[in-house]
Amino acid sequence: MAQAFIYDAVRTPRGKGKKDGSLHEITALSLAVQALEAIRDRNDLDTGRVDDVILGCVAPVGEQGADIARTAVLGAGYAQATAGVQVNRFCASGLEACNMAAAKVASGEADFAIGGGVESMSRVPMGSDGGAWPIDPSAAFPAYFVPQGVSADMIATKYGFSRDDVDAYAVESQKRAGRSWAEGRFKNSVIPVKDQLGLTRLDHDELMRPQTDMQALAALNPAFQMMGEMAFDAVIGQRYPEVGRLNHVHTPGNSSGIVDGAAAVLIGSEEAGKAAGLKPRARVRGTASIGSEPSIMLTGPEPVTRKLLGKLGMEVGDIDLYELNEAFAAVVLRYMQALEIPHDKINVCGGAIAMGHPLGATGAMILGTVLDELERSDKSTALVTLCIGGGMGTAMVIERV
Amino acid sequence: MENFKIDVDADGIALITFDVPGRSMNTLTSGVMKEIPEWVERVKTDDAIKGVVLTSGKATGFCAGADLGDMAEGVFSGGGDLQAAYDAGWRLNAALRALETCGKPVAAAINGLALGGGLELTLACHHRVVADDSKVQLGLPEIKVGLFPGGGGTQRLPRLIGVQNALMQISEGKSWRPKDALAAGVVHQVVPAAEVVQTAKDWVKTGKGVQPWDEKSFKLPGGGPYHPAGSQVFIMGNAMLRKQSYGNYPAVLNMMKAVYEGVQLPMDAALRVETRYFIKTLMTPQARAMIRSLFLSKQELDKGALRPAKEPKSDPKKVTVLGAGMMGAGIAYVQAMAGIETVLIDQSQEAAEKGKAYAVGLIEKRVSRGQMTREKADATLALITPTTDYALVKGSDLVIEAVFESREIKADVTKKAEAQLEAGAVFGSNTSTLPITGLAEASVRPEDFIGIHFFSPVDKMMLVEIIMGEKTGQAALAKALDYVMKIKKTPIVVNDSRGFYTSRCFATYLTEGMAMLKEGYSPTLIDNVGRMTGMPRGPLEMHDDVALDLSYKIAKQTKLDLGDAYVPNPGEDIVAAMVEGGRYGRKNGKGFYDYPEQKGSPKTLWPGLAELAPTTQTEGFGEGPSAFDSVDGLKTRLLYRQAVEAARCWDEGVVDDPREADVGAILGWGFAPWSGGPISLIDGVGTKAFVETCDRLAETHGDRFKVPQFLRDMAAKGETFYGKFGGKKAAA
Repeated sequence: MAQAFIYDAVRTPRGKGKKDGSLHEITALSLAVQALEAIRDRNDLDTGRVDDVILGCVAPVGEQGADIARTAVLGAGYAQATAGVQVNRFCASGLEACNMAAAKVASGEADFAIGGGVESMSRVPMGSDGGAWPIDPSAAFPAYFVPQGVSADMIATKYGFSRDDVDAYAVESQKRAGRSWAEGRFKNSVIPVKDQLGLTRLDHDELMRPQTDMQALAALNPAFQMMGEMAFDAVIGQRYPEVGRLNHVHTPGNSSGIVDGAAAVLIGSEEAGKAAGLKPRARVRGTASIGSEPSIMLTGPEPVTRKLLGKLGMEVGDIDLYELNEAFAAVVLRYMQALEIPHDKINVCGGAIAMGHPLGATGAMILGTVLDELERSDKSTALVTLCIGGGMGTAMVIERV
Repeated sequence: MENFKIDVDADGIALITFDVPGRSMNTLTSGVMKEIPEWVERVKTDDAIKGVVLTSGKATGFCAGADLGDMAEGVFSGGGDLQAAYDAGWRLNAALRALETCGKPVAAAINGLALGGGLELTLACHHRVVADDSKVQLGLPEIKVGLFPGGGGTQRLPRLIGVQNALMQISEGKSWRPKDALAAGVVHQVVPAAEVVQTAKDWVKTGKGVQPWDEKSFKLPGGGPYHPAGSQVFIMGNAMLRKQSYGNYPAVLNMMKAVYEGVQLPMDAALRVETRYFIKTLMTPQARAMIRSLFLSKQELDKGALRPAKEPKSDPKKVTVLGAGMMGAGIAYVQAMAGIETVLIDQSQEAAEKGKAYAVGLIEKRVSRGQMTREKADATLALITPTTDYALVKGSDLVIEAVFESREIKADVTKKAEAQLEAGAVFGSNTSTLPITGLAEASVRPEDFIGIHFFSPVDKMMLVEIIMGEKTGQAALAKALDYVMKIKKTPIVVNDSRGFYTSRCFATYLTEGMAMLKEGYSPTLIDNVGRMTGMPRGPLEMHDDVALDLSYKIAKQTKLDLGDAYVPNPGEDIVAAMVEGGRYGRKNGKGFYDYPEQKGSPKTLWPGLAELAPTTQTEGFGEGPSAFDSVDGLKTRLLYRQAVEAARCWDEGVVDDPREADVGAILGWGFAPWSGGPISLIDGVGTKAFVETCDRLAETHGDRFKVPQFLRDMAAKGETFYGKFGGKKAAA
């Protein structure tokens, strides 16, 4: 079987996901189209060679509905023969799209495939797509459904992370993101978003607060305490009776931000790359997904990491850089604790707490981020993973070539 | 038709009067269920009928709902033909649907209480007029006996008042008063009782015979599950229902499923879905056990099932209460509320007055809430005479002592009171721990000496445990039961034993919690799992409530009494160390938990407990699927330990009727209601499986799980308690 190689990765900057965000007046379609255009134009790519475009999108309704991937392919003026499919693996959709693109290449189905994702959270709010999971009692009851913030607070309580611990993590994430922007670490991948006239609308991540400190974060109120105490603490308490009163540590300051954005990653076989005159940047060594306990929901990255490393015959220490989406600070702290990963090997450029988490796109964004960082710091292997709604984990290991 | 009378007036309005012959209250008997479709068909097809007013011929009310006795039998008894059960369950829904779509205006003239199926019958009418009487209750209480409304209630109520309001009402089984029902939008008019029928007729003359949900423009109030606001109701509703039910009650989940699925459908399909979930629920062991214990058996006990039939009926008019402490004061209150002249005696006038003040407080609260008139309150309070004078005992039909738990003090008041009593009067002891036979030794008339064990708080707890001493006579028993029935409590009758039935079995819940603590399970886990079994609180927190020093003293006394035969319960040393260190439980704010003085602030685990009982058992809990097994293992221990004790009580002849063992457990110490009680629990899992599990537990945890031989014999023969001892009351 062929191997899958990463040839390029682009992402839009992340705009504040509210009505006053810079990207609110840019459609989700436009964000996706601009990412696809960038991939094509930067690589002088004959899109006739791209067999499929897979885009993650978590609220695929309204303007994000009706297979936004195929819609964007047509919108970007790709070859008529390029197919498009939208996938939803909640927060890991963007990475899942890349995993599927890699699998299509590795299986020989595709010569080139693009994985990526789009989410305009300001225009299509989280939860717009409904879904039986929290609403249908046949699903919610047996899964001990609670909102993710309550799950994150359970992780903090069960595994012993205090408010100070999670805030300190958030301060560091902001610092790292600020430093990375200042040092231009993202310049290779970030493509400014253009408006309807073609003028630059946004060229930087809009949500960052690099100057924040413990004091400023400590002033924020817990975001999930009220709903937790109404009922959800009791629900997850029935799944984890060994845990006492929940410590509601997560706030908007130590959780991922709500933002708009899109990303695309060009994946292809060695031969396809040669024929197109492209140099591969990294090899996809392996991919995996796993299901985990759905009520605590966000601990899937640990088992999927163990699963994937096991398949590859690798140890935790064999990976040079880890990238775990910063959905909530406790998710990363628990991952580091469980796998004994030092802080200087994970999320070294900051993450979603500082820059935001455009649900369907994030996985593809952080894949590009860690690839850039491998090249910048001249390291070899990285593992990218995200925690996922419903209790799942998805991961990819890449290796520079 | 037997149960309905139809009178068509000059305007063509058919007045249909619901009146089940030979019963004081209308219920949906099988006969009624058969006749409803008949008159609905006539209404639909008889051109002379232009509209309908449905009312009741009973002064007692409109209709109290389904006949649960009928419901536990026949096609619903489980194990049989599902299609037949569905068809039978569907009959009422089909008829009520036909009624609301008959094309003619139908109004309900609700002249009294309408509960469960009774209210559902009126919800299928286009207009509801209720008598303006604050005693009238309108509600859907099915959830309390392990069921949910299956006559369209889960569909019509949400469409009428929105999902959120409907869920709150159905899931708690609460009732509305007429004015509240009007405000909630459940009924349309509240008028003086004498005018309900005429008002309903007036409406029929101009009313439209179409339900709101059959109008094209209908929108579900508050929105459905995939409406932005409606979705929040379902998300939060699912969580609230799990929080309250711990997943122990199939009725709760199935009700929610019926609402969720049903409100997304047109009414006909919605009713089919409701019927399916209703039948599914009715066939669960939980629903069957709850109907049996909480409705049928309780009703039988309330009506005197355990009363010796030969003894003449008595009516206690004057009852003396000795001791005006918390129990005595509570007893005086419930007696006065039942119209019994009450003498309340204590050592000082001040103490006696203080006891009466308790009744004053409760009664004044009723007055301020409009539940009692000033005159009635004054008359009720006048029935209680606080005094120190034993001469006032004279003329009492019954004396109940509720003095300190000491043989000497009890013997003293027994003598003083008996000196004043006439022949045939009964002396009752409200002891919770001291054997009655021993206390009766102080009596000159032991055949009239009996245990009458109330539970605290007396005004809220519905059970009274009657204890027969060795010499207690049948006449005394009959009189004690007549008294319990008069104060409207539920009696059980048990034979003498250390801790009788309730205290003895309940204690095992606490001691099993202690054993787990001793084994190294965390106190948080133990109490959370306790609640998850369906018990009202965890074993450690309940231990704090009962008082650790009491448990310490009882253990000490038992050890003295039994000598070498005494087997200490694991964890006893922890209680001893805590009591010796001044931790007595909730009463001094220090037990397994620290209780903050400030009201409303949560209790916190006592940090010192971690040293006395370090947590070592953590394997198997957490994120893995094994957590379910680990938790189930602990739940099983907490429940089975109590059930084994109940079986031992049976073996020793302390209890001999499955109804009293089950009802007494649920009402007395809050034994997991979903199970129907400890005997229903054993029957439910099957005696064989129960014995096998207990044998395994005995091997790992000790002889306290050893089952008596008779149960082993029953298991070998495949017998059940209700099958063997319950006669026709056997369920499932």
